[in-house]
Amino acid sequence: MSTRSSAGAAPAPRRVLAQTGFEARAILRNGEQLLVTIIVPVLVLVGLTKATGLTFDTDGMSRVDFFTPGVLALAIMTSSFTSQAIASAFDRRNGVLRLLSTTPLGRGGLLAGKILGVLAVEVVQVVVITTTALVLGWQPNRAGLLLAVVAVVLGTAAFTSLALLVAGTLRAEAVLAVANLVLLLLAVAGGVIVPADRLPGPMAHIALLLPSGALGDAMRETLWHGSLPAWSVVVLVGWTAALGWGASRLFRWH
Amino acid sequence: MPASPALEISGLVKRYGSRAVVDGIDLVALPGQVTAVLGPNGAGKTTTIECCEGLRQPDGGTVRVLGLDPVGDARELRPRVGVMLQDGGLPTAIKAREMLAHVATMYAEPRDTAELSERLGIDSFGGTTVRRLSGGQRQRLALAAAVIGKPELVFLDEPSAGMDPQSRHAVWDLVRELRDDGVAVVLTTHLMDEAEDLADHVVVIDHGTVIASGTVPSLVSSSDDRTLRFESTPGLRLGDLLGLTVTEPTPGAYTVVGNVGPSTVATLTAWLADRDALVTRLTVGRRTLEDVFLDLTGRSLR
Repeated sequence: MSTRSSAGAAPAPRRVLAQTGFEARAILRNGEQLLVTIIVPVLVLVGLTKATGLTFDTDGMSRVDFFTPGVLALAIMTSSFTSQAIASAFDRRNGVLRLLSTTPLGRGGLLAGKILGVLAVEVVQVVVITTTALVLGWQPNRAGLLLAVVAVVLGTAAFTSLALLVAGTLRAEAVLAVANLVLLLLAVAGGVIVPADRLPGPMAHIALLLPSGALGDAMRETLWHGSLPAWSVVVLVGWTAALGWGASRLFRWH
Repeated sequence: MPASPALEISGLVKRYGSRAVVDGIDLVALPGQVTAVLGPNGAGKTTTIECCEGLRQPDGGTVRVLGLDPVGDARELRPRVGVMLQDGGLPTAIKAREMLAHVATMYAEPRDTAELSERLGIDSFGGTTVRRLSGGQRQRLALAAAVIGKPELVFLDEPSAGMDPQSRHAVWDLVRELRDDGVAVVLTTHLMDEAEDLADHVVVIDHGTVIASGTVPSLVSSSDDRTLRFESTPGLRLGDLLGLTVTEPTPGAYTVVGNVGPSTVATLTAWLADRDALVTRLTVGRRTLEDVFLDLTGRSLR
């Protein structure tokens, strides 16, 4: 027998924490990812608040009060869906997922690191967007702040599941296209920035069933009126269960 | 008492669809030895190794890694087994130095990253992002990541592909040192000199099965283990002049395989002199691993 013995793995929390920092830095250092996750939402917020010649019924609210919750929802989608799907798809193609899964981190640790990495990026997004909104005069309903965090977590779960489903089943180049296209479609017609009930025709009903519409409504209701709508919770949990199940069944590591 | 195997594969089968890529492979790798898995492209080398790394679930047979099941006991095996994938598997957006440091944080007591970086020449490109590294630099980084956790068993899939000679020798030195430390090293390669210089044990795989295995000397020496090669006028018909098999693989370059002795050379040169054919080159040597490999797997391109 060999007399050598391996020193073993680092403790699990340290491994996951290291991977969390690794994932978050990878996103925040990447120019395109930074553009999609931070700069675009800020520009959308400033544009919607400051643009002249734009007429919009804001239910008597200031524009910044009306739009900030939706912009936060949009930002959550960029980090938990678009950015995560693209990063994971290329990591999968380049063998990064396979290599890291052979280290003591393992597949579970890798997944945990990815999810926590998204949450870390979201903290940065929320700080930047909230600061911008406050400068623009935003006055959120304080009673809803904690509930808004719950909405963010539920939305992140649903969209991260979708990201992993897409990243684990399609080619990396296809993911690049799909992740950006889906983001654009949902942002425009998915009830994110424009509330579902303001959308034209059947989209008003369809958007209510989409995770984007549910997240948008959840952010608006919590930050406008201080209450989390049960319907949004049901829709987001349902999508998370379905997409998570699909991702765990269909995700291909090779 | 013989060392218990670090890796024991018996009757391994792996199918992609209906096609068996690995079709009943048996293989044993011992601690303190370098085991080379040789084979042409598509022979099933990488699939076999991936079954051992827990990256693929076998369709048949058993794989025991350090006495454990690579899929079921993955959690216990991960800190003890080092892996270098053929396609590297390195994240591309970070610096080489950060990549190695990141993998090191996964282990309780990793090797000294500074010492390992210096040995493999990673220092010289430590501040470069992985995306901008050359193939050989990436390979060295991937090797460092495979051994940073002080593994008892390492799988190296084509470790010196794309490397310049200096890098290759740095890699070979490290592999020898691991072996001397008692590590079991399993590497796939189609570089014959790599297998010949490094391997204690060679397993030749083709079409998903083992077609030969043993030490390098045992593979290259059979009863008729000498090869005479000479170059002269093309198209000579030697008939059974030498009583041995003569082939002309390329015009003017001849190979004589068999019991080549001093009289063989004398007979040949005299016969050529009679025909006014000048010998421009003549060598007699033992068969190389490459000869054995080509005999076993055929010379046609795939």
